[in-house]
Amino acid sequence: MPSAVRTPGQGAALDRRFVDEIRATTVGETRLETCIQCGTCGGSCPSAADMDHTPRMLFAMARAGLRDGVLRSNTPWMCVSCYFCSVRCPQEIHIPDVMYAIKSIATREGIAPESIGADFSRTFVSNIHHYGRSYEVGLVARHYLRHYALRLPGMAPMGIGMVTKGRMGFIPHKIRGIAGLRAILARAGELEAAAQGRKAPA
Amino acid sequence: MTPNEPADSPRVGVYVCHCGTNIAGTVDVAAVRDWAMERLGPHGVVVSRDYPFMCSSLGQELIEDDIRELGLNRVVVAACSPHMHEKTFRGACERAGLNPYLCELVSIREQVSWVHTDKVAATAKAEALLAGGVLRVREQVPLEPMRVPINEATLVVGGGIAGITAALEIADAGFPVHLVEREPSIGGHMAQFDKTFPTLDCAACILTPKMVTAGSHPNITLHTWSEVTDVAGYVGNFTVKVLHRPRYLDTDLCTGCGICQEKCPAKVVDPVFEAGIGYRKAIYRPFPQAVPKFPVLDPDNCIYFERGTCRACEKLCPTGAIRLDQQPEEVTLQVGNIVLATGFEAFDARRVEAYGYGRLANVFTSLEFERMSNASGPTGGQIVLRDGVTEPKTVAIVHCVGSRDRNYNKYCSAICCMQSMKFAHLVREHTDATVYEFYIDIRAPGKAFDEFYQRVQDEGTIFIRGRVAEVTDVLRMPDEAAEDGRLIVQVEDTLAGLQRRIPVDMVVLSVGLEPQADAHEVARRFGITCSSEGWVIERHPKLDPVATMTEGVFAAGCALGPRDIPASVASGAAAAARILGRIQQRELALEPIRAVIDAERCSGCRICNDLCPFSAITFDAVQAVTEVNPALCQGCGVCIAACPAGAIAGTGFSDAQILGQIEGILMFSGAADVGARTASPEPKAPEAVPA
Amino acid sequence: MSSYLYYPGCSLSGSARAYAESLAAILAPLGVELREIDDWNCCGATEYLTLSPLGGYALIGRNLALAESQRNGTSTLVAPCSACYANLAKTDRFVRESQTLREQLNGALAADGLQYTPGSITVRHLLEVLIEDVGLDELQRHVTRPLHGLRVAPYLGCLVSRPDYDRRWAQHEQPHALDRLMAALGAEVVDYPLRTSCCGGHMTQISPDTGFEMIRRLVDAADRREADLLVTVCPMCQMNIDAYQSEMNHHFRTDYHVPILFFTQLIGLAFGLEPKVLGIGTEIVSAHRALGRIGIAVPPPAEVEVEVPAGQAAPAAREARAKRPKGLPMPRLDEDER
Repeated sequence: MPSAVRTPGQGAALDRRFVDEIRATTVGETRLETCIQCGTCGGSCPSAADMDHTPRMLFAMARAGLRDGVLRSNTPWMCVSCYFCSVRCPQEIHIPDVMYAIKSIATREGIAPESIGADFSRTFVSNIHHYGRSYEVGLVARHYLRHYALRLPGMAPMGIGMVTKGRMGFIPHKIRGIAGLRAILARAGELEAAAQGRKAPA
Repeated sequence: MTPNEPADSPRVGVYVCHCGTNIAGTVDVAAVRDWAMERLGPHGVVVSRDYPFMCSSLGQELIEDDIRELGLNRVVVAACSPHMHEKTFRGACERAGLNPYLCELVSIREQVSWVHTDKVAATAKAEALLAGGVLRVREQVPLEPMRVPINEATLVVGGGIAGITAALEIADAGFPVHLVEREPSIGGHMAQFDKTFPTLDCAACILTPKMVTAGSHPNITLHTWSEVTDVAGYVGNFTVKVLHRPRYLDTDLCTGCGICQEKCPAKVVDPVFEAGIGYRKAIYRPFPQAVPKFPVLDPDNCIYFERGTCRACEKLCPTGAIRLDQQPEEVTLQVGNIVLATGFEAFDARRVEAYGYGRLANVFTSLEFERMSNASGPTGGQIVLRDGVTEPKTVAIVHCVGSRDRNYNKYCSAICCMQSMKFAHLVREHTDATVYEFYIDIRAPGKAFDEFYQRVQDEGTIFIRGRVAEVTDVLRMPDEAAEDGRLIVQVEDTLAGLQRRIPVDMVVLSVGLEPQADAHEVARRFGITCSSEGWVIERHPKLDPVATMTEGVFAAGCALGPRDIPASVASGAAAAARILGRIQQRELALEPIRAVIDAERCSGCRICNDLCPFSAITFDAVQAVTEVNPALCQGCGVCIAACPAGAIAGTGFSDAQILGQIEGILMFSGAADVGARTASPEPKAPEAVPA
Repeated sequence: MSSYLYYPGCSLSGSARAYAESLAAILAPLGVELREIDDWNCCGATEYLTLSPLGGYALIGRNLALAESQRNGTSTLVAPCSACYANLAKTDRFVRESQTLREQLNGALAADGLQYTPGSITVRHLLEVLIEDVGLDELQRHVTRPLHGLRVAPYLGCLVSRPDYDRRWAQHEQPHALDRLMAALGAEVVDYPLRTSCCGGHMTQISPDTGFEMIRRLVDAADRREADLLVTVCPMCQMNIDAYQSEMNHHFRTDYHVPILFFTQLIGLAFGLEPKVLGIGTEIVSAHRALGRIGIAVPPPAEVEVEVPAGQAAPAAREARAKRPKGLPMPRLDEDER
């Protein structure tokens, strides 16, 4: 892939900084620098077949300083957070937490490769900002109309079933403390930006 | 004034070592030298010198010349830790006619230059420690080492290849050996193996002659089916209690004919020698070449012990050797030295859930495979699936099971790569199966090891670089495996960069080596130290690899850490050589550092009596005073600190010496001295330590 | 009566309504009271952490802070949803071990006058509470209609026994807690090695092909092992396997029909409660036929299903399996691992 092509000098120069950036963004200990490239993660991963790089290879790229290649990889977006890799990793690397960190950097910089995944997260999060809770009908309706309009006819029986069986609440529940929650999330955004030495998001 | 008398006017020589840049890189050595002359002159320092390597011959000659020419009666060397070179400088003093105990080492390397980066502060600390040394050495008195005779007998604990080797080396040199083994036979793990890597020697062919020699050696007494229960005493004079568990037969009458074993109706799985894939009887000899030849009766599985009837063995024994009422017996041995060759345990593969051992029938451990491939094993050397008949068409061998894994053991078990490749060879030799090796890194650093790796590759074994993620019997696609009951090995082929699911019939888990489950308890019993994992800690990992921190106790084989057969044999022989050297000296010089009781001041309160960890303290009821046995005392100082009357003193550690040292350190550790000097550049990293 | 703080999570008032209803129905006989945290918010699932890790932890932290302030005698917080449980437990763990996160999290919570004292709340999954606190004996005591003959594949999903940063589970991959519970209800427990495999999570939303494949694996394994139904403890697992099964079948041109129920629904059935109060019938892949096999009458689904002669071949196969194996002995497993 073209984004992975770099002159040796560039790769070496970027090396430590990117691993440090991931470490600073990950909550909990990453231990990324201790990866022995054994492939336990890539072997365990239930969605590895759909990843462009196995997690192991993504970590090798991160350590080689291939920042752009890592941020454009679909690997973190294919992570289902099943934590098989995490409990099996012989170096106790918190792999899913590293994946969250990489996704958040990629989203922040607007280079998330799998726009559907990032968009789903954004839709989900905007629901939370609106109501404080997840609003399944709104989430699914908006998401499917945007990305899977063609899938809708095939899904009709399921949708009808969900509705007729009373499993879809049409009226969103808004928590009372929504204003307080928004204040907390705004403060969290500021603190996170400050910790990473950036300006707070608008 | 003779040099050996404690004098009213001490004449102290101070020698400050550079240790290349190890010390001089952080401590201003010349400043320390001048400071000592100037500030410690009033405390008896008559000469102060520095030298690049005090431990060199020229450095030592410097001290010797000064003793002779300047009439020094005390020497202080500021250099490395006493652990390193105390002996060296005491030797220099002795050669020049000064009692060696009038020499004091001040550690300004381990305690100063290696642990500090601020040159000014480090120099000031070196001076303070040096002042402590000078004020301490003034109070020192000449001492003479204790001489104790050495018992010629040696105790070897563990009858695997390391223990057998140590026992034979010592016995062949003409000295008696007691060889204690927990199992019914000596031989250890090596007796379970079929072939040994990389030469593919038949393990039994090379081991059994050694076992037979050990069993019949006039100088070796075997204590099999036995355990050491207590160790007392000290180097040269240990008293050891050994418990002989009952074999339930009279070994004087037993001919080892095997009829009892044949007729015994109780058949049980043998989890020890057959690694759980074979059976034995309740009365059994673990394998045909067992030494000694006598069987043992296992009461936990014996019908007579369970229900009170049967006695088949007793009725049918042609010599009437069975003794169902036999009791355990404890014997007491006197030995001068001890070798611990207690070996290892295989990692319990059930702990790695993802590999399905215990759940999936055709997942085997390395020990199970060793027994299976052994011609005298449960399958007669046939490599078959758990059904006992089907030959596998595909075999997966999984490296690093329980090793190099922070969830289990962090260390590399050293032998598994080679063992795994031996398995690949054996599978190819016995069957037409396709063999896969799944590895993280191939570690083949021994003699002819890498050549063996290449040979196994040439034989067609497929090497896949990737740690196996899981073994499963859940198929993803109907056509994933051609036959029912097959297993899938799921792995990332890291060199291809993709996840693979490889159908196989059999999986062999190359399990790591762990210390014996009771390693910590054994360490306590023998008064030695072991790592948090349970491996015995060597006196020095490089230069003294078979001695322990306790005088007279040595270790060999896998008790020290994972290693292969040649390394185990070498360490067994090395321990024997160390012991033979001591036995031939006939007596041993002990450090004269011990507790001395002033009978006048002892109130007879007996507070110290139970505190002594070496049982060196006894109470004289007639005189109503406590006494210390100087040969048993190790000079640990517990009693000295506990005595409310202050009646106990430590030679080499008198109150006057300790107080002098404290006074010296406090007197000269002023912050003003540090502030008065200018900052110095960053220190360099320590250099290699000169030998 | 034992009392717990309760964090239901968003799904329980929507797609997992049956979970909430069946849970409510079995609590009274067991003498367990769940006190819902007032004005709790969404845990963010796996989505908030994706955009902003600290925001995600603050979102979860607000619930922990509310729970702390509403403790009133109990400090155990029970979550029935595995994703909520994992998020709450992980956050509590991380704020306990990281001073930086502790300060940042409380800094954010202070914006609404809240704060969380690490460790003041113990987060537990409903399954753990039912097995450890209530106990299998007590559960068994209430069984009036044992599920004899119902072949159940216990499906725990990922997020109960993993990541388990607090090491509460001896087994992270093959725990048998749900198996034991089902056996206590009298069900025939199918050996289901995919018990903690992933249902695909949000993959049905963001990468359907990936999601369908993961659902297919789970359903296929249950089908091959002749399970009548899957039982789960997680709303997301239930949703994926139930609601997306027909689309998955369409995608792969297969015709699997494996119903999936919540474990609380099966407990309720075994307690003799009416299927309707347990939310049975709200599943998309109907459990009607499976439950009918053991004589539990459930209204048939609206769509008429083609009746296949149920499980004719199965009994013979089951007996064949029961034969004692010959050959080399198997290693022994501890009770818990079996």
